[in-house]
Amino acid sequence: MPGGTLRRKKLTEAVPQALPLVPFLAVVTVFLVIPTVTVIVNAFVVDGAFSLRRVGGLFSSTALGALGSSVMLSASTAVIGAVLGAVLAWLIASSPATSMVRRAVISLCSVLAQFGGVALAFAFLATIGINGVLTVWAQQAFGWNLSGSGWLYSLTGLVLVYTYFQIPLMVIVFLPALEGLRTQWREAAVSLGASRWQYFREVAVPLLTPAFLGSALLLFANAFAAYATAAALVSQGSPIVPLLIRSALTSEVILGQSGFAYALALEMIVVVALVMVAYNVLVRRTARWLR
Amino acid sequence: MKSSRLMAAAAASVLVFTGLSGCAPPQKDNSDAKTESGVNAREATSAEDFGGMEGLVEAAKKEGQLNVIALPPDWANYGAIIKAFEDKYGISVNSAQPDAASQDEINAAKQQSGRSTAPDVFDLGQSVALANTSMLAPYKVAVWDDIPAAYKSADGAWVNDYGGYMSIGFDSAKVPPVTSVNDLLKPEYNGKVALNGDPTQAGAAFSGVLMVALSQGGSADDIAPGVEFFRKLKAAGNFLPVDPTPATIESGQTPVVIDWNYLNASETKKLPSWQVIVPPEHAVAGYYYQAINKEAAHPAAARLWQEFLFSDEGQNLYAAGGVRPVRADNMMADGTLDKTVAAAIPVIDGPVTVPSPQQTDKATAYLADHWAEAIG
Amino acid sequence: MKRAARAGLWVVFGVFFLFPLYAMADFSTRNLIAGGRTWQAWANLVTDHALYQAIVISLLLAVFTVVAMLVILVPTMIWVRLRAPWAMGVVEFLCLLPLTIPALVIVVGLRNVYLWVTYFLGESALTLTFVYVVLVLPFAYRALDAALSSIDLQTLTEAARSLGAGWTTTILRIVVPNIWSGILSAAFISIAVVLGEYTIASLSGYDTLQVQIVAIGKTDGPTSVAASLAVLLFGFALLLALSLVTRGRRRVQGVTA
Repeated sequence: MPGGTLRRKKLTEAVPQALPLVPFLAVVTVFLVIPTVTVIVNAFVVDGAFSLRRVGGLFSSTALGALGSSVMLSASTAVIGAVLGAVLAWLIASSPATSMVRRAVISLCSVLAQFGGVALAFAFLATIGINGVLTVWAQQAFGWNLSGSGWLYSLTGLVLVYTYFQIPLMVIVFLPALEGLRTQWREAAVSLGASRWQYFREVAVPLLTPAFLGSALLLFANAFAAYATAAALVSQGSPIVPLLIRSALTSEVILGQSGFAYALALEMIVVVALVMVAYNVLVRRTARWLR
Repeated sequence: MKSSRLMAAAAASVLVFTGLSGCAPPQKDNSDAKTESGVNAREATSAEDFGGMEGLVEAAKKEGQLNVIALPPDWANYGAIIKAFEDKYGISVNSAQPDAASQDEINAAKQQSGRSTAPDVFDLGQSVALANTSMLAPYKVAVWDDIPAAYKSADGAWVNDYGGYMSIGFDSAKVPPVTSVNDLLKPEYNGKVALNGDPTQAGAAFSGVLMVALSQGGSADDIAPGVEFFRKLKAAGNFLPVDPTPATIESGQTPVVIDWNYLNASETKKLPSWQVIVPPEHAVAGYYYQAINKEAAHPAAARLWQEFLFSDEGQNLYAAGGVRPVRADNMMADGTLDKTVAAAIPVIDGPVTVPSPQQTDKATAYLADHWAEAIG
Repeated sequence: MKRAARAGLWVVFGVFFLFPLYAMADFSTRNLIAGGRTWQAWANLVTDHALYQAIVISLLLAVFTVVAMLVILVPTMIWVRLRAPWAMGVVEFLCLLPLTIPALVIVVGLRNVYLWVTYFLGESALTLTFVYVVLVLPFAYRALDAALSSIDLQTLTEAARSLGAGWTTTILRIVVPNIWSGILSAAFISIAVVLGEYTIASLSGYDTLQVQIVAIGKTDGPTSVAASLAVLLFGFALLLALSLVTRGRRRVQGVTA
C-alpha cells in the first residue's frame, strides 16, 4: 500500500484524522456503494424474503441468449480492438514525442474511447445507414447495397461500431506499456548480438504480453458494460445484456417477473468484476518491469 | 491491517444507510389541493363535481397548463386537436415525447410521479391500458351516455377515444406493391419491413403482430403464429428493427411499415407514392384508451381535455385524422359528424377482429415470454 | 519499405477513423427529402427549444460536476497525503471502484436513493451532479494524484502554515496554483465525461443533451447527427487544449498505473 505507517492507529487519533474525509466518503457511499449493495441484495430478496426466483430467471433461454451474445460481442471486439489498437499504438509510439499529430491522435482516441457512445451510433448511421454517405456512394458508383438487411441494427452492426471505440481505448491503455520499453534494452540486446527479430521475440514480446492481455481484458469489460451505443442504435429488441436491462427497467415485468433488472445487473457486476480482477493481476506483473 | 478499522466502520455505515435507503421518503402530499371553490380536482368524477362545465373550465384555466405525452402531431390529428384546445381555453399544452410508446407513458408517470412534469392524461394501447388501471382516475365525461357500453369501463377509468384498422403501408416508388402479409417474406423486401414499436410495449405493434398472426392461421386466442412469422422475417433479413416515424418514412429509411391505417393514410398526404392496404380477410381493429392520471399535476385541465376530446368538436377533429371516433355511429345518425370526413372513414368488408381483454392478457403474456427471443 | 508501410498504416487508420466524422458532417448538412444542402440541422441546435434546453442543462451539469468534484476531491487528497496516509489505499480503491461497477448497474440500484434526492433537492436534472462526480472519480483521481505526487506537498504546506496561513489559504493560494495542470486535466476530462454521459441520465428519466439527441434521432436524423458531431468536436478541442497545456509532463496511465 502506498504511503502510511504500519503501526496500528488508536481510535482517538484516527477519528479526527478521518473526519475531513467524511464528505468524500459520504458521496461515494450514497451514490456508488449503496446502489451496488441495493442491486446485490435485491437480486436475492423478493418482497422482503430471500428468494432465488430472480436469479433463476438468468437461466431462461432469453437471458442466456443475451449473455451469449454479449460475451461474443465483447470477446470479438476485444480481440479485434486489441490487435488493431496495438498496431496503432506502435505507430504512435514511434512518432516524435511532441508532434502535433501525435497529440491530436491521442486526444481523438480519448474522446472516441470514453465519451462517444451515442455520437458513435449516429456516426455510423450517417456512414452506412440507409441514407449514409458510404451507402449512397456505393449504390451510385457500384450498385452495391451496403445497408442491406439493416444489419447495422443487429449484432454484426454492433461489432463494427464497438471496434470504433475499442481500438482507441486500446491505444490509451497500451501506449504507456509500449513507451515503457526502454531503448537501452534494445541497445543492450543489439550490443549482445541479437537481431531485430530476436530482440522482438525474446525481450519485447514477453515484456509486453501481460500488458497486451491485460488491456484486452479491459476492452472486454468495457464492451460488456457498454450501454449508450447499443441503446442509441437498437430501438427494438434486446439482443445483449445491457439492452435486456433496459427492457427490464422500462417494462418492469419481463419474462414474467418484476425486478428482473436486479438479477441482470448482478450478473453484469460478476462478469465485469472477474475480468477486472484478472486485469489487475496482469497489470501488477507488467508494472514490475516497466515502471 | 491498518485500514481494517476503516473498513469495518465503512461496512457498518453502509448497512445503516442501506437500511435507511430501503424506506422511501415521505411522499409530497398534495392530494388535498383544492380549487378556490373548495373542489378537490383529483377526486372529481364528473363535471358536476366542479359545479358544471363552467366550474371545470374555470378550474382548468387556473391551472393554466396540461402535460400530454406520446401524441405525435400526425397521429389522429392530434396536432390540430392540441392547437384547438389551446386556442379555445388558453391553456398551454406541454407535449412530451411524441414518439413514445404506450408503456413509455406509464413509465414516465411512475418515474415523474409527484413532479410538475408528470403526464396528466394517457392515450394507451389496449394491453398497456388494461394492465395499469390502478393508475387511472375514474371520470365520466358529459356525453358519457352517448358512448356505447363496450367502449368504456363501468367506472370511467378509461374510455375508448378512436380506433382504426391495422394496415401495411409501403412506398410504391421504392418497393414492389404488397398484396398480402406473405409477400413480406420475399427477397425484394430485404431490410425494409418495420413494425411500429415493440409489441410488449406499444399498442400499435401488438395489433400488428395480431394481424400477422391471423394471416398465418392464428386467432385472437393464439398469437403464436404471428411471433413465428416475425421470426422467419428476421431470419430472412427482411425485418428492420427501427421505429418508423414520418421522418424515417419520408427519408426512405423504412419503406414498408406495419401500422394503423390512419397513420399510414396521413403519410400518403405527404408522400404521394405511399400506399396503404388493409388485408381484408384478417382485419384487426383496435381502439385506443383515453385516461386521466390519478396523480395528474393538473387534474382539472386533464378533465377538461377529456371533455374536449369527446365533444362534437373533438370527435370531428379526430375524424379528420382518418380515425373512427368512438361516437361515430351516434354522431352520423345525429348528423353531427362532418360529412366529408365521415366519407373518408374506411369500411371493411371481411371479418374484423377486436381482441377482448382476456385475449389481450393471454397474448401479452405470450409475447413477454417469446418476442425477445424470436427477433433476437 | 518501413517508411512506406508506416505511412500506409497511418492512412488506413486515418480513413477508418476520420471517414465517419466526415460522414457526420455531410449527413448533417443534407436535406433528406428535397436533396441538396441545408444548414437547418445546425441551426436547430439553437432554435429547437427542447434541444437548446438540453444543451444548457448539460453544460451546467458539467460545470457543477467539475466544481463539486474539485471541492470534494482536492481537499480530501491533500488531507490524506498530509495527515491520514493510512487512508490512501482506501481512497484510491474507492476512486477506482467506478471503473469496475458499470454505470448501468449504478442506475439500476439508484432508484431509491434518487427518491430521497428529489425529495430534498427537487426534480431538476442538475441533481445528477452527485452521480456524475462518482463517475468522473477515476479520471480525476489519476490526474490529481499525478500532480500532487510531483510537488513537495509537505514542505509547501508546512511553510505556508508556519507563516500563519489557515488551511483555506494554504490550499487555495499555495497548493492549487502548483497543481494547476492536474486540476485542468481533471476538469476537462470530467466535462467530456458529463457531456457524453447517456446511461444514467436516460434510465433515470432526465432530459440531458445525449438523451435529447437520441430522442430527436427518431424524427430528425440530421439534427441529432449535427449535435453528436458538435459534442465530439468540443470534447476533442478540450482534450487537445489540455495536452498542449500539460506539454512535457505525461502521466503514465492505464496498464502501468
